[in-house]
Amino acid sequence: MSRDADRLHAVVDDAVALLGNTPDALLPLLHTVQQRIGFIPAESVPRIAAALNLSRAQVHGVVTFYHDFRTTPGAAHRLRLCRAEACQAVGARDLEAHLRERFGLLPGEPHGASAVSIEAVYCFGNCAAGPSLEIDGVLHGRVTPDRCETLLGQW
Amino acid sequence: MSDTPTRIFLPGDTTACALGADAVAQAVAHEAAARGLAVDVIRNGSRGLYWLEPLLEVQVGNRRIGYGPVSVAQVGPLFEGGLLRGAPAPGFQGEVDELPALRGQTRVTFSRAGIIDPLSLRDYRQLGGYRGLTRALTLCPADIVNEIENSGLRGRGGAAFPTGVKWRTVLEADPGPDGRKYVVCNADEGDSGTFADRLLMEADPFQLIEGMTIAGLATGADRGYIYLRSEYPRAAEVLHRALAVAREAGVLGDDLLGSRLAFDIELRIGAGAYICGEETALLESLEGRRGLVRVKPPLPAIHGLFGQPTVVNNVLTLAAASTILADGAAAYRQHGTGRSAGTLTVQLAGNVRHGGLYEVPFGAPLRTLLEEFGGGTASGRPLRAVQVGGPLGAYLPETQWDLPLDYEAFAAAGALLGHGGVVLFDETVDMRRQARFAMEFCAAESCGKCTPCRVGAVRGAELIDRIAGPGDQRALLEELCETMEAGSLCAMGGLTPMPVRSALAHFPEDFHG
Repeated sequence: MSRDADRLHAVVDDAVALLGNTPDALLPLLHTVQQRIGFIPAESVPRIAAALNLSRAQVHGVVTFYHDFRTTPGAAHRLRLCRAEACQAVGARDLEAHLRERFGLLPGEPHGASAVSIEAVYCFGNCAAGPSLEIDGVLHGRVTPDRCETLLGQW
Repeated sequence: MSDTPTRIFLPGDTTACALGADAVAQAVAHEAAARGLAVDVIRNGSRGLYWLEPLLEVQVGNRRIGYGPVSVAQVGPLFEGGLLRGAPAPGFQGEVDELPALRGQTRVTFSRAGIIDPLSLRDYRQLGGYRGLTRALTLCPADIVNEIENSGLRGRGGAAFPTGVKWRTVLEADPGPDGRKYVVCNADEGDSGTFADRLLMEADPFQLIEGMTIAGLATGADRGYIYLRSEYPRAAEVLHRALAVAREAGVLGDDLLGSRLAFDIELRIGAGAYICGEETALLESLEGRRGLVRVKPPLPAIHGLFGQPTVVNNVLTLAAASTILADGAAAYRQHGTGRSAGTLTVQLAGNVRHGGLYEVPFGAPLRTLLEEFGGGTASGRPLRAVQVGGPLGAYLPETQWDLPLDYEAFAAAGALLGHGGVVLFDETVDMRRQARFAMEFCAAESCGKCTPCRVGAVRGAELIDRIAGPGDQRALLEELCETMEAGSLCAMGGLTPMPVRSALAHFPEDFHG
């Protein structure tokens, strides 16, 4: 067995030991795997299913239902843009257009070889200080295209 | 220089930090150290006056003097200008408690928000915390439920169901051989334009913990879950730490305040699905499944989490329970109007000059909020449309801004008060695009279980795209909306037509060509 697979199995087994093996542990377990590996590798699904006594289809269904779970590695840099109404009211669509021009990507589009991914989020709860853009895990408010350039710097 | 450090407050709130509060807090600590001044920087929650964030407060005697918004560059000049004496310096706001935006409110649930250190149980208790639980421990479950029922409290998540009735149902439900009942806090605040739950959890987490514990005592549940959305990492951190503090202090766990009664809470994090704010989808998610809506009945109060009787309430509903038990049902009921008792937390968002959180008695006119508190649009252009109640709420034109903030009055006008989110749009808004977005959002977030929602949302967006085209597309869209309203399993599909139809009815000029 490859070292990667060993590591993956260890991550799953550790998480199960911590979170328990009842079916309701599935979401916390998937969060843990994604935190440690960066995504939910397809090879982890059978191991998780066996540990929680679920079918692989059940686990796969959950992984693909929730927007947070990724089945492929993330890009080096991760942008998350709020596309909801309160941010729209203060120019989120302009910011989206700016990001599209700069990175050639729409929110949610596969990032391919790009070092940057853009995801759509429907609300960070920063609705009185939009547009909201999260850059590598740090949320910023009142992000105009100009401020976006300042924040992204040399990217 | 005195040896007692001067207390300086800078919110650790999500919005305050999105506007630079972390960096300002660091700059304050550095500047004080460089000047040899003793300061204690406390990361409080936000007062909710978001246009002033980062709002720095300094304790001078028993007054708190505010400065805001403060940038890192202003920190040096602030110290130079006599910050620690509360002197007028850049961004000076005077005594924060005296600001008109706070004085004009009726702060009940948010009475401590922004004032205390969120993780200090001592602060919480000094300002009335845990009086509610202490009293609840002297009452039998039925009497706690009576108190909630008499207060007139209705669910703050949006549906406004009488909380006392829900709790009584759970209290009287037979838990069967399993014997367990649960309290679930719906902290999946997904509606755009709402942030009151988040602000409360970040500013005053013990109030929620206390309220859930009271709900447990009232219904015979010894276990609670907080289902928090993953988009709120700061709230997660505060809650995680607050739960540990509460357990350590014996106000949570096996022996509540020495009563031998038990209640504990587990924090669970969602995974980015809007539909999990719907209570039955939330329960599915907690059980480890996809967030598919369940058919009701059976109600969660009878057949809820793991099939057991379950209280599912919004953050603000549970938080209010601690105040109601502390001060009595009558004190709570004196606020509000008609069947809408107590206070409503209005969140002003979007294109608004003074955006933030305003807790007011039910019955206040919407226009007062928009104009007096909100101060109009941020852009300075005329206000054109206001969406109340989140993505499933109606767009209101100026003719409806005199509506009183009251569940029944909004319902009668074909609108929704919901969770109190109010999003302002100026004259540049394209209402056809907003109507289309309502359908788009529903298509993206529908759980897919029922056809009117899953398919209707996609068809709805297409219809809006060609609404100015040949044939009577508008009649078709109205018919589709009726189908979604009447045939959907839950409010997602059932209410998505509300923003669409209100946009069509009140802003028809945006749908031509």
